[in-house]
Order: sequence, then structure tokens, then C-alpha cells
Amino acid sequence: MKTEGKKRIWSEYQKNVPDDHFFYVRSCIRQSFFPGSEQVFLKILRDDLGKDVFEDPRHTTCTGIGYHGDVVPFETIQTVVARHFALATEAGYKNIAISCVTSFGIYTEILETWKHFPETLVKARENLFKATGRVFDLPETISHASDIIYKFRDEIAAKAKYALTDITTGEPLRIVEHIGCHYAKMFPKHGIGGAEFPHVLVGMIEKWGGSVVDYPERRHCCGFGFRQYLVQANRGYSLSSSKKKFESMEPYQPDMIVSNCPGCAMFLDRWQYAINEIDGITYGKDDEGIPSLTYEEMAALMLGYDPWEIGLQYHNVQALPLLRKIGVEADPEKRFISKDGSRLPEPAGLINNF
Amino acid sequence: MAKQIIIAGGGVAGIEAAATLADMGHKVNIIEKGSSSGGNAVRWHALFPDRRPAGEVISYLNNRVRNKNIEVTYNTCVNKVRHHGSSLVINLSSGEELKADAFIVATGFDLFDASRKEEYGYGIYDNVITAPELEDMFNGGSLYTADGRVPERVGFIHCVGSRDEKVCNHHCSKVCCVTAVKQAIEVREMLPGCEVFCFYMDMRMFGPYYEELYREAQEVHNVNFIRGKVSEASNTINHKVAVKVEDTLAGRPLRMEVDLLVLMTGMEMSATGASLAEASGLRRGKNRFLSVRDNHMHSNNSDLPGVFYAGTCTAPMSITDTISHARSAALEVNLYLSER
Repeated sequence: MKTEGKKRIWSEYQKNVPDDHFFYVRSCIRQSFFPGSEQVFLKILRDDLGKDVFEDPRHTTCTGIGYHGDVVPFETIQTVVARHFALATEAGYKNIAISCVTSFGIYTEILETWKHFPETLVKARENLFKATGRVFDLPETISHASDIIYKFRDEIAAKAKYALTDITTGEPLRIVEHIGCHYAKMFPKHGIGGAEFPHVLVGMIEKWGGSVVDYPERRHCCGFGFRQYLVQANRGYSLSSSKKKFESMEPYQPDMIVSNCPGCAMFLDRWQYAINEIDGITYGKDDEGIPSLTYEEMAALMLGYDPWEIGLQYHNVQALPLLRKIGVEADPEKRFISKDGSRLPEPAGLINNF
Repeated sequence: MAKQIIIAGGGVAGIEAAATLADMGHKVNIIEKGSSSGGNAVRWHALFPDRRPAGEVISYLNNRVRNKNIEVTYNTCVNKVRHHGSSLVINLSSGEELKADAFIVATGFDLFDASRKEEYGYGIYDNVITAPELEDMFNGGSLYTADGRVPERVGFIHCVGSRDEKVCNHHCSKVCCVTAVKQAIEVREMLPGCEVFCFYMDMRMFGPYYEELYREAQEVHNVNFIRGKVSEASNTINHKVAVKVEDTLAGRPLRMEVDLLVLMTGMEMSATGASLAEASGLRRGKNRFLSVRDNHMHSNNSDLPGVFYAGTCTAPMSITDTISHARSAALEVNLYLSER
């Protein structure tokens, strides 16, 4: 493998990620799946990096799931996104920071549509004004939250308490990076590193001491695919996509999977549980599952956040072996104890629950 | 009195046009950007459809250029051509300014940069190579993977950079299909135990004996032809290349590992030709090659009097067609000069 070739591609796909003053838009499903990720993203930016991040409680779903599920028309979703831009305009922010990869894809698709078909922008303004009386300025920058963590990866490394290395061997951890399809496959120029060899997660992993696994099914969809999962009869397609990826990455014995998409992080975690239940298979080394983390969780671990504070215990594949490799001291017994000492619900069928 | 003609480009077209004009008694100066003549052809091991050694054609061209009426200036580009009174003024990259009675653009083609098709991993994956790089191996007499293994399975991807809207190339490069057939046969002959798969969109066997070569590849050499475009290539843990393709005849997706993946890179307008055209006001088509005055009757003529075209600066073509096109350019020049 020639890394010079990858570096050349990475140099061609760089984007302007601002230094400060972000209008943050959350993801619908992440707040259910991994609520700690968004919370710790805000903590890292505000408390560790001293950045200004604004949230407006009136922000709503972008309706991307409905759009990709064929129940929300394009004109409707344009108006919803126009309203988000109006909220940012009213708050005086010009840099949008987006938690969800699908929302990021929606925003970029709409901005590209407005750029190439200006009459659709006029219509969106008209629709929004008629419905809400709001007006908006186009944002100056659109960043996915992973773009922002990527931008500040050096600053995070400088403050890091841990590295992505195995403390017993000193070797870099072998990490599978998975990029959500809607991050750059539609518009490669909007993704750091482009669509074929994205650098956004690679840059974080390598900066923090890990090594990246380039396996044959690296680019394959996690299987969420919206209608593949949302239509119950199609869920076999979803499961089989993840299975294909697990089988492809298994020979490399990865220590961790890290994703920048809500659905991907979830399915690459939950489907390991499903496959384990159905076939009794685990894909990691020594019959361990492969922990599937978000990039914010990975960054938070580097910075020394308490794994149970950021919600790692609510992954089906528990991160305990990973924490031991990194050297994070976290008492497994405290995983499901709340701050007031009460017992939190414990998910059934946990993998790596040792 | 002998007329002075300047030709931009010392490849197949430039040499053949120069030699034809020199035989007619004209003085010709070839301006070649490289340090030797012969252009893209010098890299080839054997030519389709009869598998003659490419060296024979190169020797023919080298003999043709050894003519007292021909002068070759190497390591120099033509920057611009313009009219000045009744003659043409040619500006060279050296800063020199030459006068000529006629000028031929024979700047040829550039090979498509395969790394632009990022999904195939050229320049990243060690065992993804281009067709000219395979010719280099044929010239060296051995065929190995980057890690020194004898390939057991080789794949060819047709139309890399041709007929591809994604890279803004709608045109067919014409010669890649038959080149892949030729190279597939050569691989099978060199390594009889090696399986060969060609992934194609259409097989465009337009020339004499091309179709026969295609049949021979299937019937005699057992080359497998899969109709379908490869969507992506990836590295495997054992340094093979995994490809994903839809077999459109079988109607099913296909995944396969090959030891060597050969990209049949197409032709694009050369950068030096494009720059010359831009500076000189020479019209180019949607395919970015030079536009000829008339596609049927005047395929060697530009819109500017005294400026002519030869070879693949106008469109992709084979060596056979390039030589014919260069000769016709020489005839057009001679006719133009005789009428002045």
C-alpha cells in the first residue's frame, strides 16, 4: 500500500472548517441511541477547547429519515432546513455544525440544489415565509461534527490522557473506521478526504496513536439504508450488509470500530448482538465482540472522560476489553449505577460483559 | 523553392507527416517536447491485431525521420502559432520565434491519469497497474505482482477514463478494447496457468482482424469476458485486489480477488496541445480534442489557413489510423502550399 497516493487524495479534498462560533444541530436518533456522544461533543468543544457552540431548543428533526424513506417530499424538507437556517440567522451564527451524517447530507444536497437551481431557493424562501414569517441567510460554512473534531485533533492530542495504543504491547490499536454513506458519497468535495479514501476519522485515529485497518468491505454500507431497516420485511438486507463487513474485517483482528454516522455506530454494534444470538458468532479476537464507538466517544476516552459518564455501557458490545488495552481504569460494577446511587436499567445480551 | 513547415510533436503522427512532406521536397522542423521521438508508441511491446513487435514500427519511424529535409528540436514545446503577413509565426517554449509557411499540430494524446478513478485505488494499491505498465512488464520478459508473486488471476478493467461522465470524458478511446484482448492473450501465453478476466461495457472491435482476435482470446486462450463495470477495488489482507462488479449478462453481482488488476486507461487531449490551442485560438470540441473544420471532408484542417492537424490531437485513433491521418495531413499541406 502506498500512503503517498492516499495523501495526494486527502490533499485534494480539504474543506474550510471554522475555528469557532458554531450553531449546533442535533440528530434525532443519536439522542436515543448514544445520547452521551452529543453531550460529550459539546463538553469537549466548550470546556476542553473553549469554543462557542450555540443550540436552539426550537431546532427540529431535518426529516431526513422521512425523506429517504420516501414519505417527505423534497420541497418540504427544503422548507424545514430553511427554518433551521432561519434559527441560525436569528441567533447570529453563520457556521452550522451538524451531528448527524444524514442531516449533513441533506443540508449539502439542499445547498447544492439551491446553488445550481436558484429558483428552488426562491421557492424555499417563499414557502418558509408563508408558513412561519421567517427569513434566512445562507450559512457560510457547513461542517459535520466529525469535521470539527478532525480539525481540533492536534489540540485534543495535546490534552490527551490516553492514546490509541495497547499499553501491554505498546503497539497501535487496529481500528476499523466507518464513514456514513451520506457524509461524502453524494458530494465528495464536502467530505474531508473525499468519498473513496475519507480522512476525517483516519486523521483522528492516526493522530491519537492508532492504526487504521483498510479491509475489502471498508466502503460498504453498514446496512441501515433507511428502507432496508425501517421496512421490517427488509431487515435481512440490513443485517446481511453488516455481516458482510464483519466477515471482511475479522481477519485483521480489529480492536475497535469507529463511525461518524448515527445509524452506522448503532448497527455495527447491535447487529453483532443479533448475529451472536442467531449464530453464536463473535467477530473479534479471542471470542470478543468488536466495540463500536462514535468518534466523540473515542475523543472523550483520549481526554480522560469517565466511560460511564459518556454512556459507553449502553452499547451492546461492551468496551471493557478496549478500555483495558488503552489503560482506562473504569469499574465495571459502576456501569449501571446512576449519580444518585439508584440502579439504571441494564441491557440484556451484552457482549464482552466481563 | 522549398517551403518551411513546422510540426508540433514528434510522435507517430508528427514523424509520418514530416517524412511524407520531406519526401515531397519540403523542409520540416519537428518540435518535440520530450528528449526522444516516437511518442506514446515507444512504450509498447507488441501491437494489435497481429502482435507485431512495436519496435518494428518505431524502427520504421526512426528511419523515416533520418531525412536531410527534417530537423528535430527536442525538449521544446510550441507555445503559440499566429499569422504574420503571409507567413506563420511560431513561438517556442525556449523563447525562440520561428517563421513557417505551414504548421501541423501533432501533439498527440495524454494517457488518462488512472488515479482520478479513485475507486480503483491506482497509486495506492500496489497491484493495481495500467496497460502501459503491463507493456513494461512484457518488455521486461516477466510478469510478477508487486510482492514478487507469479499472478494466478489477472483482471482487466476496460474504459478507465473513457465513456465516463464522472470524469467528464464521454468519448470512446477506441483502442483500449482490442489492447485488452491483446494483453489478455499475452498474459495467458506468458503464464498458461493464470486465469484472465476482462470486465467490459461493450467490446468495440471496429478494425480489421480485431473481432478475430477477440474470438481467438475466448476460443483458444480461454480469456473470460464479463460484461459489467467494476464499481470498486480494495486491498485484501494477502495483498490481492478484491473487485466488485455486476455481471450484467448473468444479472448478478460478482466479487472476485485478482493478483493483478490492469486498468485500460484511455486517451485525453494532451496538455501541451490544449495549451497551444488555447493560446492560438484553435477550436476544441466537447471532448476537448481539436475540432477539425469538417468531420468528413477536411479532417486535417483547422479554421486557420496554413494550420493543419495530424493524429490523435483530433480524436483517439490507432497507430494504423494515425499514420494514414498524418499522410493525409501532409497531402493537405502540400496542396495548400502549391496553391499559394
